[in-house]
Amino acid sequence: MKTLIRTATAAALATAFSVSAWAADLKVGLSVALSGPNSSLGIPYSKGMQAALAYRPEVNGRKIQLVVLDDNSDPSTAGRNARKLIEEEKCDVIMGTSGVPSALAMAQVAKETKTPMIGLTPISLDAADNPWVFTVAQPTQLMVDAVVDRMKANGVKTVGYIGFSDAWGDLVYDALMKATPAAGIKVVSNERYARADQSVTGQVLKIVALRPDAVMTGGAGTPGALPFLALTERGFKGGVYGQHGLINPDFIRVAGASGQNALMPTGPVIVAEQLPNDYPTKKVALDFRAAFQKVNGTPSTDAFSAYSFDGWLVFADAAARAKGEPGTPEFRAALRDAIATTKEVVGTHGVYNFKVGNIYGVDNRARVIVKLDNGQWKLAP
Amino acid sequence: MTWDIALILAMDGLANGAVYLLAGLGLVLIFSVTRVVFVPFGDIAAFAALTLAAFETKRVPPTIGLVLTLAALAVATEVASLLRRHEHAKVARAIAAWGLLPALPCLAAWLATRPGVPPAVHVGVSVLLVVPIAPLLARVVFQPIADASVLVLLIVSLALHFLLSGLGLLFFGPEGSRTAPLATGSLQIADGFVVSGQVILMIASALVLSGLFFLVFERTIAGKALRATAVNRVGARLVGIRPARTALLAYGCASLLAGLIGVLIAPVTTMYYDSGFIIGLKAFVAAIIGGLVSYPATAAGALAVGLVESFASFWSGALKDVIVFSLLIPVLMLRSFLTAHAEEDDEEIDT
Repeated sequence: MKTLIRTATAAALATAFSVSAWAADLKVGLSVALSGPNSSLGIPYSKGMQAALAYRPEVNGRKIQLVVLDDNSDPSTAGRNARKLIEEEKCDVIMGTSGVPSALAMAQVAKETKTPMIGLTPISLDAADNPWVFTVAQPTQLMVDAVVDRMKANGVKTVGYIGFSDAWGDLVYDALMKATPAAGIKVVSNERYARADQSVTGQVLKIVALRPDAVMTGGAGTPGALPFLALTERGFKGGVYGQHGLINPDFIRVAGASGQNALMPTGPVIVAEQLPNDYPTKKVALDFRAAFQKVNGTPSTDAFSAYSFDGWLVFADAAARAKGEPGTPEFRAALRDAIATTKEVVGTHGVYNFKVGNIYGVDNRARVIVKLDNGQWKLAP
Repeated sequence: MTWDIALILAMDGLANGAVYLLAGLGLVLIFSVTRVVFVPFGDIAAFAALTLAAFETKRVPPTIGLVLTLAALAVATEVASLLRRHEHAKVARAIAAWGLLPALPCLAAWLATRPGVPPAVHVGVSVLLVVPIAPLLARVVFQPIADASVLVLLIVSLALHFLLSGLGLLFFGPEGSRTAPLATGSLQIADGFVVSGQVILMIASALVLSGLFFLVFERTIAGKALRATAVNRVGARLVGIRPARTALLAYGCASLLAGLIGVLIAPVTTMYYDSGFIIGLKAFVAAIIGGLVSYPATAAGALAVGLVESFASFWSGALKDVIVFSLLIPVLMLRSFLTAHAEEDDEEIDT
C-alpha cells in the first residue's frame, strides 16, 4: 500500500511538474470534421496541420503543441469542441473547421471567451461585431471578380447563371451581380437547382435558348457537375466558368469529359509547380508539398490542407510578435492584436495582411485561373 | 418556349416518368399485398446504382456485407421461430433458403470484381445483389408485425429508410457517382432533336417490364395469388394461399424492380447514398394518384409526375419539387370526394 501511495505521489508530482514545464509552450487547438459528411474536407485539414507542425514546430524557442478534436460535421459539437479547447486545454488560438455553420459556432465561442480564432473556411460575419476571428480563406467576391475579369478578357458580353438553390448559390450569384456591371457584362439568367436534383435539363434548356456567350455555375463538389454535363449534352458551345467550390477530385471524376476546358479560380497552391518562379507564394507552396509528403507519406492534391498550413504560418508569425506568457488572457489578447497587424506573411494560398475590421487577409495574389484539361488543373494565365 | 424545347422537355419527362413508373409499380405491389408503404424502396435502387459504380472503380461493393449480415439475421429469426414451435426438421431447409440462397449473388459479386469481367456482367450482378435485400428486411422486420396497423408499418418502414441511407453513407461515402452508359449512340428524330440511347432504353424497359407485370398477374398462379392476397388476406388464406409467402414474393419482385431502376438511372444522374429517397417519394406521388391499388392509374400518374417535373424545372427550377408534390393536393381532394368510407380507421380502433 505504501509503495502504491508513494508511486501515486511521484506520478502526481511528475504530472504537476510537467504541466508547469508545458505552461510555457504555445498551444493550438484544431477542431475539424474527421467523421461525417464533411470529413472529405476535415481529414485534409487535419493532415495539413500535422505537416505545418513538422514544418515549424517552435516559435522563438517556445514549442508549439497541437490538440486536434473531431466535430463529427456537426455545428453544435464544433461549438462544444471550441469551448473544450479553450477552457480545458487552455489553447492560445483555435482553428477550424470544415463547413461554414460549424465555423460560425466556433467563432461565437471565440468571441465569448476572448480567444483568437483563425478560420479555415470563408466565414460570413461582421468583423466589427466579432473582432476575435480571422480567416485564411479567400472571400467569394475576390474569386468571382477574377472569373469576371477573365470573361471580359475573353470578350464575353452576356452570361447565364445556374447555381445551387441554397446559400452557396446566392453567395456566388450576388458576387457575380456585383462584379459584372463594371466589366460591361450582362447576366441574363438566374437558374437554380437543389444539390440532390437528378437533372437540370429544364434549366439548361432555358439558358441555351437565351444564347448567352458564356455560363457561370454556382455549385460545389459532385452536385456542381450537373450543369456541365447538361450543357455538353445540349451542345452548348460558349465558355463554361466555375468557382473554387468545384476544385475537387470528385468533381473531375463525375464531370468527366464535360468539364474539359472549364475555367475556374483557385488558390495558387493547386498549380504550385506550374507557377512562374517569381510568383510570391511558389516557394512556400513547394515547401508545403514537401512537408506534407514527409509527414503523411502521400502527395497533397487538395486546397484544404494548404489552408491549415497557412493558418499555422499566420499564427506562428503573430506568436513571434505577441508579448506575454502563453496560456493567459493577456497573451490571448496580445496574440489577437498581433494577428490583426499581420504584414506580408507569405503562405501557400496567398500573401496575408490582416487589419482590424476585416476578417479576410488576402489580395489578388491569392487567386489564379485554372483550366481543366484532361482531368488535370492547368494554370491559365 | 418553342416546339423543340417542348419536345426535349417531354422526352426528359418521359424518361423520368419511366423510372417513377417502375418504382410506383413496386410500391403499389408491396402495399396492396402487405399494407406496407415501403419507403426504403428508393434506397435499394441507390444501392444498386452505387454497387455498379463500385464495380466500375474496381472496388469490392460493400453491399455484399450488407446482404450477408441481413441473411445471418434472417436465418437467426427463422431458426429461432422454428425452434420455438419445435419444428426441428425444418431448420436445415430454413438455413439453406435464408442463408445460402442470398449468399449466391454475393459470391457472384465477389467473383465479378476480378479483372477482365465484362461490364454487362457487372450490371447484371449489381441487380441480383440487391434482390435479396427487401425480402430479407421483410423477414426480419415486417413479418413479425405483419398484423399491425398501417400507421405502425409506415413508421417502421420510415425507420428502415433512415437505417439504410445511413448505411449507404457509411458504405459509399458522401460523394456521388455516375456509371458508364448502358446504351451508347443516339437517334435523330428531327432536326436538332436527338434522343440518346439511354433514354430509349429507359422507356423501353419500363414498357417491357410493365407488360411482363400484366402477363404475370393475369396468367400465372403466383400472380393470381398476389392479387388474391391484395384483395382479401383472410379470403386468400381460406383458399390455401399463405400471406407470408406471397408477401415475400412481392418484396422480391419490388427489390428486382428497384435494382433495375438503379442501374437504369445511374448513367444519367449522379447518384448519392440518399438519392433513392426522392425517387421513391415521387413514385409515391404517382402511387397515390393510383390510390395505392390501381396499376394503370399509377402508370399514368408516374408519367404525369415525370412530365410535370420536367416542365416545372424549365419554368422555375427552384420550385420544381414544390410543384410536383403540390400535385398531391388536387388528387387527394378528388379521391376523398369520390370515395366515401375509411376502413382503416375501424381497424385501428379495434387493435
